[in-house]
Amino acid sequence: MATRRVAALAGAALLMGIGGGARSTERLGIGRPATQTEIAAWNIDIDRDGRKLPPGSGSVAQGRAVFETQCASCHGSRGEGGAGERLVGGQGTLASAKPIKTVGSFWPYAPTLFDYIRRAMPLNAPQSLGDSDVYAVSAYVLHLNGLVPDDATLDAKSLAAIRMPNRDGFVSDPRPDVKP
Amino acid sequence: MSQDDPKENPSARRRFLAQGAAAAAGILAGGGAPGHGRADEAAPPGIPDWTKAPGADVGSQTYGQPSRFESGIIRNVPKGLKQYISASSRTPLQELDGILTPNGLFYERHHGGIPDIHPARHRLLVHGLVETPLVLTLDDIRRFPSESRIHFLECSGNPGFEAIKAGRTASDLVGLVSCAEWTGVRLATVLREAGLKPEARWVVAEGADAAAMTRSIPIEKCLDDALLVYSQNGERLRPQQGYPLRVLLPGFEGNMSVKWLRRLNVTTEPAFSREETAKYTDLMPDGTARQFTFVMEAKSIITRPSGTQRIAPGFHEITGLAWSGRGKIRGVQVSVDSGTTWQDAALQEPVLTRALTRFRLPWTWDGQPTTIASRAIDETGYVQPSFGDLTSIRGLNSFYHNNAVVPWRIAASGEVANGYA
Ligand code: HEC
Repeated sequence: MATRRVAALAGAALLMGIGGGARSTERLGIGRPATQTEIAAWNIDIDRDGRKLPPGSGSVAQGRAVFETQCASCHGSRGEGGAGERLVGGQGTLASAKPIKTVGSFWPYAPTLFDYIRRAMPLNAPQSLGDSDVYAVSAYVLHLNGLVPDDATLDAKSLAAIRMPNRDGFVSDPRPDVKP
Repeated sequence: MSQDDPKENPSARRRFLAQGAAAAAGILAGGGAPGHGRADEAAPPGIPDWTKAPGADVGSQTYGQPSRFESGIIRNVPKGLKQYISASSRTPLQELDGILTPNGLFYERHHGGIPDIHPARHRLLVHGLVETPLVLTLDDIRRFPSESRIHFLECSGNPGFEAIKAGRTASDLVGLVSCAEWTGVRLATVLREAGLKPEARWVVAEGADAAAMTRSIPIEKCLDDALLVYSQNGERLRPQQGYPLRVLLPGFEGNMSVKWLRRLNVTTEPAFSREETAKYTDLMPDGTARQFTFVMEAKSIITRPSGTQRIAPGFHEITGLAWSGRGKIRGVQVSVDSGTTWQDAALQEPVLTRALTRFRLPWTWDGQPTTIASRAIDETGYVQPSFGDLTSIRGLNSFYHNNAVVPWRIAASGEVANGYA
C-alpha cells in the first residue's frame, strides 16, 4: 500500500518535471559553454550602422593596389565587371527599364561592403585579407563609385559615416499584392 | 550473329541449356548473362535474356545506382557560365514522379562552391542574446529530440522574369524547387538550450562554406517550424545540400535555409547582409526594392506533357506539381483550351503543408493546337497569378519570387513548347 503511494507520487513529480522542461528554461545539458575568445574568433557579423566594425584603416591608394592584384581579374580594373559582378555605376537607373544594381547604385549601407568583402572575397581566397586591406579595398570600391575622394582613408568611424545613395530605397514586404 | 548464338546454332543452344541446368543445380557460380539476344525477344512470344540467366550479384553495388538506361536523368546544369563557384543546377522535374526528389537530383544553388566538411571536426556556435553561448558537435546535435517532416525547398529566383521566356523544359523554368523528408532538431529546441534573452528578435545564420553565407531569420520563424537538419530522405545530407548540418525554413526562400551551418548569432536586428540587401530584394518599377520577402507564394507547373516533349492525339494524363510557402495546396485548376475554361485536377494524397503536391487530370487531345496551363490555390485562398497580372504590379525587374502560371503551347505536330517563348 505505502509503496504504491510513493511510486504514484514519484510518477506525478516526473510528469511535472517533463512539463516544466518543455515549457521553459530547463536545459537538457547538451553541448558545452562557448568562451568569449571562441566567440570573438568566429563572430565576423557587421551591423548596418557599423558599430561592430573592427580596428584598422586603409586608404584608397592602398585599396587600388589590393584591387589590382586580387580583384581586377574578375571585376575589371575599374570595377566594370567580368567573371565577377559589376561593382561600379548605375546610379539613377533603378527606376528605369534597364536598372543597373551595383555597390554604388543599390547597396544601402557601407558597413555591409566591409562585411561581405571580408567574409566572401576574393572569390578564390575568401577570408584571406587582413582588416586593414578590407578597409582599403572597400574605400577603393566606394571611390570608384564617386562616394569617397581619392585621398580618403577609411576606418570604423568614417566607413560607418558614409551615406549610401540608395539608403532609403528599401520597403517592407506587402505581399500578397497580386489579386486575380 | 556469332557462332555461339544459341538461336542460330543448335549445338551452342544445347550447350547453353546444359549451363542453365547446371546453374539451376547451384553448380555455376556468378553466371554472366549472354547479352546478345535480339531486342524483340523481350516481347511475346519471346523470353528475354535477362530472364534466362541470373542477374548481377547481390551487393554488386554497395550504394545502389539507377538503371544504366536512366543515365540521362540528371541535374540540369547550365552550360557556358563564366564560373561555377556561385551558380545553380536544376531538378529534372519533368522526369520525376510523386512528390519526393531523389537526393542526387535535388537542385543546387551555391555561392562559394560545395565544401568538403569533416563531420567530427565541424562545430555549431550559438551566441549573441542567449544565457549560455554553446559549442555543439554533430554528436551533440543528434542527441536532441528529433523530428522528420516533408517540405519543399525553392530558390527565390525560380525563374527570373526574363528567363521565363528562354526556358524550354519544365526544369529550365522552375527546376529550382525540390522536396524531401528532412530530419533534424527544432531550431527552437536548440535556442532554448542556450536560453533566449527577452530582447532576442532575429537569428543570424552563417554557413561554413567559402561564401560564409549569412541570412537573418525572424525569431517567430525560429520558434515556429524551423529545423536544424542533418538527414534528407532517410540518409545524411548530401554535401550539395549542406552536409553535415543546415537550416530548413519551410516555405521561405531557399537562400535563407543556410547550408553547412556553423553559427547562429541571436540579435535584436537583422544583419542586413549583402544577401538581404544587394541580393534577394525585389526591385519595383518605381526604383524601390522590397526587403525581407521571405515566403514563396503558391505556384504550380504541368510536368507532363511539358516543353520539348511530343504527344500524339488521344488519351493523356496531365500531371504536375503545386506548392505554397503559406501552407497546404487547396486545389489546382487546369486549362486545356488556352485559358478559356479551367477544371479541377485531382490532388494525390498526402497533401502536406509546405510540400510539393502532385496533381492529375485525364485528358484526350483532339490533335488541334492549344495551350495547357495549371494554377494553384492554397489554403489561404491565394490564387497563382498570370504573368500579366504579376508583372502589372511588380514590373519586369524584380527578378525574385516570380510565381506566374506557366503555359505550354501544343502544336498540331504534338510538339510541346514554352507558351511564353
Ligand atoms: C575569381 C573571381 C573573383 C575575384 C578574384 C573577386 N571576386 Fe568579387 N565576386 C565574384 C563573383 C562571382 C561574385 C558574385 C558572387 C555571388 O553572387 O555569389 C562577386 C561579388 C562581389 C561583390 C558583390 C557585388 C554585388 O553587387 O553584390 C563585391 C563587392 C566583390 N565581389 C568585391 C570583390 C573584391 C573587393 C575582390 C578582391 C579583394 C574580389 N571581389 C575578388 C568574383 C570574384
